[in-house]
Amino acid sequence: MKLRKVAVVGAGITKFVRRAQETAKELSYHATKMALDSCNMPLEEIDSVVHGTAPDAFDGVHMKGEYLSEASGGWRKPFMRSYVGGGTGVFAPINGWYLVASGMYDTCVVVCEEKMSSCQPHPQGAFLTIFDHTTERPLGPNLLWIFALEMNRYMQVHKIPREQIALVSVKNKRNALDHPSAQLGAELTVEDVMNSEIMAWPVTRLMVSPTSDGAAAVVLASEEVAKKITDNPVWISGVGWNLDTAYWTNRDLYYPEYVEKAARMAYKMAGIKNPREEINVVEPYDPFAYKELHHLEGLLLADKGQAPRITAEGITARDGKMPSCPSGGLLGVGNPIAAAGMMKICELFWQLRGEAGKRQVKNSPRTGLAQAWGDLMQVGTVVIMQRGD
Amino acid sequence: MLETGIRLHGTALEEEDFKTHRVFYTTDIPKLQYAWDCGVAMGHYLKGLKQGKLLGTYCKKCKRTVIPPRVFCELCFRNMDKWVELKDTGIVNTFSICYVTWDMKKLIYPEIPAVIEIDGASKGKGILHLLAEVDPKQVKLGMKVKAVWKPKSEREGSILDIKYFKPI
Amino acid sequence: MNQNVAIIGIGYTVPKPKTPEVSYKEMTYLAAQMAYKEAKISPKEVESFVTAAEDLHEGTSIFDEYTPDQLGAVQKPMHTVSGDGIQGIIAAALQIMTGAFDLIVVEGHSKASNIVTPTYVLNYALDPVINRPLNINPHYIAGLEMRAYMQDSKTSEEDVANVVAHNLTRAALNKLAPYGAKISPKKVLSSEPLFEPIRKLHMPQTSDAAYVVVLASERIAKKKVKPVWISGMSFCSDSPTLETRDWTTSISTQIAAEKAYQQAGIKNPAAEIDVFEIDDSFGYKQLQHLEALKVYEKGKAKNIFENGDKQKLSTRVNPSGGTLGVGWMHEATGLHKVLEVVSQLKGKKGKAQIKKAKVGLAQAWRGLPTTTCAVVILKNQK
Ligand SMILES: [Zn+2]
Repeated sequence: MKLRKVAVVGAGITKFVRRAQETAKELSYHATKMALDSCNMPLEEIDSVVHGTAPDAFDGVHMKGEYLSEASGGWRKPFMRSYVGGGTGVFAPINGWYLVASGMYDTCVVVCEEKMSSCQPHPQGAFLTIFDHTTERPLGPNLLWIFALEMNRYMQVHKIPREQIALVSVKNKRNALDHPSAQLGAELTVEDVMNSEIMAWPVTRLMVSPTSDGAAAVVLASEEVAKKITDNPVWISGVGWNLDTAYWTNRDLYYPEYVEKAARMAYKMAGIKNPREEINVVEPYDPFAYKELHHLEGLLLADKGQAPRITAEGITARDGKMPSCPSGGLLGVGNPIAAAGMMKICELFWQLRGEAGKRQVKNSPRTGLAQAWGDLMQVGTVVIMQRGD
Repeated sequence: MLETGIRLHGTALEEEDFKTHRVFYTTDIPKLQYAWDCGVAMGHYLKGLKQGKLLGTYCKKCKRTVIPPRVFCELCFRNMDKWVELKDTGIVNTFSICYVTWDMKKLIYPEIPAVIEIDGASKGKGILHLLAEVDPKQVKLGMKVKAVWKPKSEREGSILDIKYFKPI
Repeated sequence: MNQNVAIIGIGYTVPKPKTPEVSYKEMTYLAAQMAYKEAKISPKEVESFVTAAEDLHEGTSIFDEYTPDQLGAVQKPMHTVSGDGIQGIIAAALQIMTGAFDLIVVEGHSKASNIVTPTYVLNYALDPVINRPLNINPHYIAGLEMRAYMQDSKTSEEDVANVVAHNLTRAALNKLAPYGAKISPKKVLSSEPLFEPIRKLHMPQTSDAAYVVVLASERIAKKKVKPVWISGMSFCSDSPTLETRDWTTSISTQIAAEKAYQQAGIKNPAAEIDVFEIDDSFGYKQLQHLEALKVYEKGKAKNIFENGDKQKLSTRVNPSGGTLGVGWMHEATGLHKVLEVVSQLKGKKGKAQIKKAKVGLAQAWRGLPTTTCAVVILKNQK
């Protein structure tokens, strides 16, 4: 069955900072406004609004979606907040996609926001409450645990040296120097990353993305409306999402099967048979350095255990054959959870339109893929976007 | 269009901005309290822990024993067939050596969280717990470990009835 | 609507004030088994799952982590909507309408009894800078709204007490309503004042229950026994800000209903819709919502109990006893209303059955301090 076509026609973003003066509402507003203005779209012509934001515990506001609805353009409109933890930033545009693809709405503004700094003394504290209240929370777990456990398993199964993982930090933080939102752009060496403080072995400080405040947004439109707004729409040609069991200690963490399933769903919808040839630019989720590698494998863009090799060979560099995280990723631009995933969608929009300035990849990309991940190492969300011609 | 160097909204604050009262903030310490019903599966599991036992459940259709236990099999979507008492030993599936607490305070003695595959459960079925009585540098994947229980009188039906796992 | 969507199965557990015998997972598992049995499906066939939940009602951040297993949804497309279950149903129906899915499951549950400090949780939904520091019990917001509504619509406290007494009395006939009781309007008026004009008996009490709804495209649904078709649906949010909202009218319900009526081709809701299950929190909400739903003109909903209720709306509105009778269940509140409407359309409601019910409407409000509402119109024939 032929699906109704949905395009991204505008995008907006704020700076990502450790602690913003702007409130959650103000950040949401700025991203929304910039996205609407970028395509000269008055709010009156927006039929529906989707908001993506991760746990309420960060902002310290219960039913945070309700609280942010007006600031995202949702006043007296159908307003929906959806979430899949860290996967939310790439899921929210999927939610927007199905609102428009259903035929019930012609336009949708999708806004993602996170203000993590409200959570004191440290935003990491909010993550204690993501663990099972009976079997895990009494142990006092923190988020670093699960990343470290997963990274260790991945490294040991494939015998990957940590130096190869550190390369991802070097690449992404360098790319971020060219992103105007970036919080942690830097010129670093592998030694810098290796020698930075060990947070939770095998994870060092420079392998971890920061906590951030920020927002990002896109405007979606049906084919008919999109063609009136712009000569250069970017189509959402495939979407996929997948959630694995909550019993994460019963799974082998070395490989994200749920990411593969989400990717296969999106490839099928987009008619992509050979992703390694057909995906020209990729924004995999990189909250930790190894995650980019783990995800490139889950997305079938590298063989299992081989993502470190293609990184070392420069294939994923900004001027490589398949640039990965040309934005600078979460490691460089910052990680306001849901907004970080949406930043990747925005980056593909700009890259595919040739509007990324110094960040512009060199292979004149036609098709791009953004992916996010979250929950208890459990959810994959994938969007494939395609240039109009 | 998002060129390098373009000025975006979003104003970064520094400690100084708060100290000098250039910006204001309000504080609120939430009083959010819950008492979660354990129900059948977790209720049994905790009762087992109090008695010094690790309990799993078995699905004969999928031929697997899982821990933590559930009353339903999430794969074939039917009731589990029976309770199984497992050993309190297992092997390290993966581990970390963690130098910060959950609210990012530095630890002098690192914690060693690990996923431990429990003996008697199907391959790869483990639980999250801590390792101790071991040099962090000596921890390896596949290492054999055993639960160190609290004294019987101190157990209260909690995952903390196991103090930690140690190598054997 | 460009693609027909139907409900082909609903499973539930009976709402109760407390449910210590089951965990939320076990409760949802029971509801799921019942729903899949009715729909004659296996969860393996389901293409996508939706949960309606809020983190702080569960006491777990990123609660969507814990949603798949009890539905048999492991490694399936699944996401959470932080909205009422009716918004969850709409999210699922929209996915089917894209043409990419044929079979979707929606789940919502309440373990309200597990929240030890519910008022503090509610307070946490208020603006942290300008409202929360006032440090008053946030239910006052219902008092503000009831006062504004009564003034604007010339509705008296007696009128509101009639709604409460009527619904609690009706609930006594409903096996699914734990708070049914033969109570007189007088008793409501003399109950303890809490947030005047809100009194103790205006306050919905909470229940625990789980609901699982199976939705299917026409292709699948036409092969099933007695599918119930969605003929209109919409949702809307008005201002979340206390300082700038319209306190007199449920504008979000009004906007959502207009769109749903348009889709369903309904011009005269009071005549064309046989049964309404709508939000009646604090009593006055039922009147306010009936007006927003255009069942009554503004200020006229209080006439529902007057002699000459020719259209018998007093029996056709909330025959279940409403939220006052069944209990407030956070995100699951609207799903219970859908269950009641579906049961009516299938003629399964026994003493509370509305004769020849063919068209029903379920409406939910997300509760204090929100203005968000959702509406779904159901028919037992396409
Ligand atoms: Zn099984």
